[in-house]
Amino acid sequence: MKHVRRVYLYSRFERFWHWTQALLILGLGVTGFEVHGTYTLLGFQRAYMWHVRLGWALVALIIFAAFWHFTTGQWKQYIPTFERVGVMLRYYTQGMFRNEPHPYKKSEISKLNPLQRLTYLGFKILIAPIFVTTGLLMVYADRWAEWGIPWSLRSVATVHIIAAFLMLMFFIVHIYMTTTGRTIFANIKAMLVGYEEIPWDTAEEGGQAGV
Amino acid sequence: MRLRRHTGFGWWLGGLVILLGSIVWVGRGQAASEPTAAPAPTEAVEVSTADHTKFEILKQPFQTAPEVTKACLSCHTEAAKQVMATTHWTWVYQDPDSAETWGKRYVINNFCVAVVSNWPRCTSCHVGYGWKDDSFDFTNELAVDCLVCHDTTGQYKKFPAGAGHPVYEPKEFPPGSGNIWEPPDLSYIAQHVGPTSRRTCGACHFYGGGGDGVKHGDMDSTLAEPPKDVDVHMSPDGANMTCGDCHKPQVHAIPGSRYRMVAKDTHGKDLPKSDGFPTSCESCHGLTPHDMPKINDHVDRVACQTCHIPTFARGNKPTKLWWDWSVAGDKARGIEKDEHGWEVYNFMKGEFRWGKDVVPVYRWFNGRMEVMTLGEPIDPEQPVYINQPQGSPDDPNSRIYPFKEFRGKQGYDPVNRILLVPHLFPFNPEDTTAFWKGFDWGPAFEVGMKTAGLPYSGQYDWIETTMYWPITHMVAPAEQALSCQACHTRQGRLATLADTVYIPAQSSHPWVDRIGWTLTGLTVLGVLVHAGLRLVSRRKS
Repeated sequence: MKHVRRVYLYSRFERFWHWTQALLILGLGVTGFEVHGTYTLLGFQRAYMWHVRLGWALVALIIFAAFWHFTTGQWKQYIPTFERVGVMLRYYTQGMFRNEPHPYKKSEISKLNPLQRLTYLGFKILIAPIFVTTGLLMVYADRWAEWGIPWSLRSVATVHIIAAFLMLMFFIVHIYMTTTGRTIFANIKAMLVGYEEIPWDTAEEGGQAGV
Repeated sequence: MRLRRHTGFGWWLGGLVILLGSIVWVGRGQAASEPTAAPAPTEAVEVSTADHTKFEILKQPFQTAPEVTKACLSCHTEAAKQVMATTHWTWVYQDPDSAETWGKRYVINNFCVAVVSNWPRCTSCHVGYGWKDDSFDFTNELAVDCLVCHDTTGQYKKFPAGAGHPVYEPKEFPPGSGNIWEPPDLSYIAQHVGPTSRRTCGACHFYGGGGDGVKHGDMDSTLAEPPKDVDVHMSPDGANMTCGDCHKPQVHAIPGSRYRMVAKDTHGKDLPKSDGFPTSCESCHGLTPHDMPKINDHVDRVACQTCHIPTFARGNKPTKLWWDWSVAGDKARGIEKDEHGWEVYNFMKGEFRWGKDVVPVYRWFNGRMEVMTLGEPIDPEQPVYINQPQGSPDDPNSRIYPFKEFRGKQGYDPVNRILLVPHLFPFNPEDTTAFWKGFDWGPAFEVGMKTAGLPYSGQYDWIETTMYWPITHMVAPAEQALSCQACHTRQGRLATLADTVYIPAQSSHPWVDRIGWTLTGLTVLGVLVHAGLRLVSRRKS
């Protein structure tokens, strides 16, 4: 028999963290590409000042989030697995167009499918630290000589910009993937309210997609 | 644990408030506010213990200016000796870092080219009397001109072609202009001497290159009484400073040479302890003059002048940017003016181009200027730079500094490969070898080179030359300083230096942006294709 189960996937802090981070990253992107000279929107000085402020806010948020991950044990959600990655890829490239069921079933215990695990882990241990390190370094670019840092502003800025492009691509794909849930807005709604409505068929397994 | 859906929103809001609070708190230190102004100089008060109108020796009817000097020296016994030790007198500059000898007597330029063979005209700005030829006695104390610097009446004027003397009987200048120079009342002037002023320094320095504003670009007669937006320091509505407030004379020697400049003062404020060079911006403003830390981060690499003198020639006068001697001598063309009334052709001098409100060129500069001297070989195949600011991004003493780039065409000897000294101003009324008398370059170059003691092959040609004039006056009020975006933008002011230093928004890695945007475009395309396929497959089912 088919019915819908409301599963509490995203806790209050997790939602606050996710959406604040989303807004900060959006703001950092908009101001950051202006600081890079891609366009003029706020004027360089304001764009720079807001970029630095938002950057500091993101650092603060990351500290809170790291604390949350470790105290709640939620970090385990990101333990990578390559099992069924192929299945996932096949679903997104083929199965989805044949209306096959999503191969991964979300639950309170395991919220992230293998592709998400890999992507988000990469984000957390690679892109974010590179961003934060190069960003903080550039705020203090004038002190490098004093601190014995031999890098040039040009190379550090270039790494920061490469990270920015990776982030931009993630941002596009991430938003698109939210539409691949049970309905177009099902995943976004879940991230807003915390609950996701997951179809539950007592007769057979399977049902819903992940982001 | 019971959870209600909307409790989450309150929590989110609370968190957001805390976070925004922290943003504002962090941002506080970055906030831009009023920049710190340098302490205002003290009001000029009468501090002299002597009233010169009461000196009997100054009440005599002076016939010539050297007689005034004699009277001055009867009390100021050491003054002439002090002046005679300075470049104002010698026109010789011994470079302390090399064996080279510079100064007006030995260098060459692309304005009127050289002093030698043209003395009476050039030495109308010598702080002396009678330097009309090679035989001038540099040890004669009575030939020192006290009045040109210490006149307070504004009536003392050195005649433009008088080898430093004022006129003693009415004379016309320029010849044929109907402009009559009347002899000054030397007795009255002598009784009213006082400290130097913007006007006295400006009497020569505003008119370098043969006219108002011609040479420097950051100095013209506007600076005698400049509006605040032209020069915030010297304006009577601003700090009302005189030249001497920064170029503080030390026993008649004036600091602030353009051969060896201080492009980067690392000492900072000169109070309570001076570094002996009070002429830099940092001497009053210190090393961290801005409220915004990021702007202070710039001062080690960007000179104050770069942002705070957004353009030069902002006064009433244009400055000369181009001077082509090769077309001079066409009496039929005579004098031509453009729509601004600026002289664009003068048969005596050739073609000119002028500019007002000119954007400087920017160079790395460590204060050292390499200067060409008379007879120095040139390579006509290469661009000829008469002087070159030295410095590089790798040199910690270098900063990005603004310059007026002055270009022109002047004569050179294609055989000996040296720039030529033109004899422009006649030695006497019969001297037709001078270009301004005979209008023939052949004899003009021949006599010019011979007088300079330089070889001349008899052949001449024209070559383009470039000079750089450091821009350091006409500092604008802080609110008119360049915005960040003047440089931090694609094709900003420092575009030509973008390869030497990373300037965010100006510089970028040649292929990172291209690859980045290509991949981003492919990502969007991939998403669109995927979405399209989903749509199609959903319709099918």
